[in-house]
Amino acid sequence: MNAPIASTTAASSADVAIIGAGPAGGTAAVTLRSRGLSVTLVDEAPLPGGQVWRALPQTLKSGAADRSPDRIDGDKLRGALANSDVDWRGDRRVWSVMRDPQGFRIDALGPSGTETIRARSLIVASGTHERTVPFPGWTLPGVMGLAAATILLKSQHVLPGQRVVVAGAGPLLAAVAAGILKAGGEVAAVIDQNGALDWLGASGAMLSRPALAIRGAGWVRRIVGARTPVYRRHCVVAAQGETDLASITIAPVGANGAPRPEGRKDLTADSLVIGNGLVPGTEITRLLRAEHRFDRDLGGWCPVLDGGGRTTIEGLYVAGDGGGVLGVDAARAGGRHVGETVADDARAVANRSERRPTSRRRPRFGAAMAHLARLRPAHVASIPAETVICRCEDVTRAEIDRAIDEGADEVNQIKHFTRCGMGPCQGRFCGDIVAELLALRQAGADDETTIDRARARIGSWTARVPIRPVPLDSLIGDFDYADIPVPPPAPL
Amino acid sequence: MTADYDAIVIGGGLLGATAALFLARGGMRVALFERGPLCREASGTNAGTLTMQMTRVALIPFALEGHAMWQSARDWLGHDVGMVTCDGLSLAFTEQEADLLSDRAAKRRAAGAPITLLSPAEAQKVEPGVSPDILLAGHCPVDGFTEAYSTGKAFRVALLQAGVAVREHTPVDRVEHEDAGYSVVSDGKAMARARRLVLAGGVWIEPMLAWLGVRLPIKTLINQLAITERVAPIMRSVVGIASGLLSLKQYPNGTVLIGGGWQGIGNRAEGGYALSPEALIGNVRLACHAIPALRGARLVRAWAGLEAETDDALPAVGPVPGHADAYVCGSVHSGYTSGLAIARHLAAGILGEGAGPELFPIDRLLRQSAPNPTRET
Repeated sequence: MNAPIASTTAASSADVAIIGAGPAGGTAAVTLRSRGLSVTLVDEAPLPGGQVWRALPQTLKSGAADRSPDRIDGDKLRGALANSDVDWRGDRRVWSVMRDPQGFRIDALGPSGTETIRARSLIVASGTHERTVPFPGWTLPGVMGLAAATILLKSQHVLPGQRVVVAGAGPLLAAVAAGILKAGGEVAAVIDQNGALDWLGASGAMLSRPALAIRGAGWVRRIVGARTPVYRRHCVVAAQGETDLASITIAPVGANGAPRPEGRKDLTADSLVIGNGLVPGTEITRLLRAEHRFDRDLGGWCPVLDGGGRTTIEGLYVAGDGGGVLGVDAARAGGRHVGETVADDARAVANRSERRPTSRRRPRFGAAMAHLARLRPAHVASIPAETVICRCEDVTRAEIDRAIDEGADEVNQIKHFTRCGMGPCQGRFCGDIVAELLALRQAGADDETTIDRARARIGSWTARVPIRPVPLDSLIGDFDYADIPVPPPAPL
Repeated sequence: MTADYDAIVIGGGLLGATAALFLARGGMRVALFERGPLCREASGTNAGTLTMQMTRVALIPFALEGHAMWQSARDWLGHDVGMVTCDGLSLAFTEQEADLLSDRAAKRRAAGAPITLLSPAEAQKVEPGVSPDILLAGHCPVDGFTEAYSTGKAFRVALLQAGVAVREHTPVDRVEHEDAGYSVVSDGKAMARARRLVLAGGVWIEPMLAWLGVRLPIKTLINQLAITERVAPIMRSVVGIASGLLSLKQYPNGTVLIGGGWQGIGNRAEGGYALSPEALIGNVRLACHAIPALRGARLVRAWAGLEAETDDALPAVGPVPGHADAYVCGSVHSGYTSGLAIARHLAAGILGEGAGPELFPIDRLLRQSAPNPTRET
């Protein structure tokens, strides 16, 4: 057995630990505290709010008077947390999560070194990451994700470029384009993979949340008011530039989501902001070996959850988009609901009574938006052979296809054959696309039902620690050689 | 329907794949069964270190031969598996470690490994990145490493070209010893028959031998490893320490792999399902103590691989007592270095190609067991 490391690690424990302080995790924390449980809330950012309810950095606070609904909601959450005695741990990079006899053990790097947090229950509310369907030139400087542009706009009041093309799928398109216009930027065009009919299909669900629909209408009004060209049922097929982005090529898309050869058009732009939906961040639930299922409409692989956010692992819960992408409103409601479930479960354990099964309907609005942003197999099938898929390790589609030809028949094997997914992002950005490419080859079709069956069979990459890259320097701290608990020598 | 072969190998790791390859090249019809993809357990997740200074004394001759086989892998395997030949250093930071190092170096040298002892200044000439705090270093010019994760890809092509029936993702339920040989049952169905059987299942050789009523206890070690992002060159040798609890090298792509057999959490049935944060931090501290410039890198991934260990920590390689033409091949410590040679000698023996070196028959390790319920021998 290894002796404990003594020098820098601070240890603490709580009834419930929550990873992620966005709408889901933050709301769950407030709910649980009001039910009398002790809560430790951990996040990478210095202040609670997550991506959508992001706080302004202290340095920008005085100047900007942003009264957007997101800022107001975020300030409300931050106020509620500040007035509670939730153990708030911002600026923490969680690098390891494991089960231990008391429940769960979380290891994080913080401003004063390594920290160990133990808790009986764990809520994972770590949100999503962005997905981009690669095209030639997508790795040029000047191309960035929709969510990345949102962060620039929200937290730094920085425009992504002088002349910006906003492209991809889903409601973030209009939100980002309107945000750029509002901040005084120029949007050269909006390229929407969906057409009017697709949006019409979602309109019933949109009416279920009038406030959100009105907000969306406001974004559209701003885009129309600026006379920004909107290309519906189009997608970006290439980006060009010597050292930085100079122009992009767009193409109309067919009914299956694949670009068509005719009707292509070049647009000049120094910035392309693009996103093809969001993928639930399942690193922690996969690391803990909870059961997952593939659901294209919810963003891909999602933990199997009951209506109360319970995973298949005792004491492990998921709230928010990490359990399936349904948007901020659902995340806030889910945070409250999962918080109540965790509190009920804790009381049931204390009283030795039955746990209450909970059920909940999938929110229509969020589901309709996620459906619009889903990955289209035929779009992935159209990626040209020489396009880089894994930008950390520079692995092209042709190399992935060759690995499949050489007998790789599951995603981990593709990784070992090509190094795809072995870089700093550990496959967060390319994993979904690689699995889709393999599914397309194995299924020999590109309809969603067939591909979904193949995806479920193919699985996803094995999750490992560290959950995010960590500097060795901060991980090991200051130590003497004598502090290293070197095990006894191996036999000779 | 079952297929008839001359030999069936169960376990598609380095040992099983090598045995299958040389049996097939020796003219036999061979089937290889593997429950997952080839070389994805210990053979694909180990540190890829090819070193004499972590090898058991009894295995040194095989390790030297194995090292030479890795160097010529392009010729006989068709793929070099990213093999790099370089110097190897084993470091001592304390008087106690220096004594251990001198003693072990002498014994390994006597067994044929060209290990010499270097002063700190001499060691720094070999490895400019090494800590100035060392007292003594063991040096071996026969060292190096591969990209262990490429092992399966390399063997897969070679095995198929040699005509081996490669059955990946085919877990074997049991083996039945019949009059004419052995029958392999997978998913409730008899899949293949052969006169000869090789059990090469790593930590799973214990349950495999139990199919034949033979009880060989195998301990499962959960070895943790960690790798950094790509960084500028900071070292050019394989670095270990006297006790054997470190293996450290930088790949040509700039990533640095940190290993040494620090123990994670898991078991044979569930694998290495969690890493010990203490062991990971301890292992990384040791690595950064040895090569101080490593502190500037970021850790991107850590994992655990299973290693098999017998009661006397020496291999289980040889005939299965009481079962004609059945063999076991496993539990080779640092087997990634010596395993190629050991499995090739086993295959040569099965092919009747004259007397090779004495291997590691398991009679010494067997415990009293219940008689085989399916067959009296």
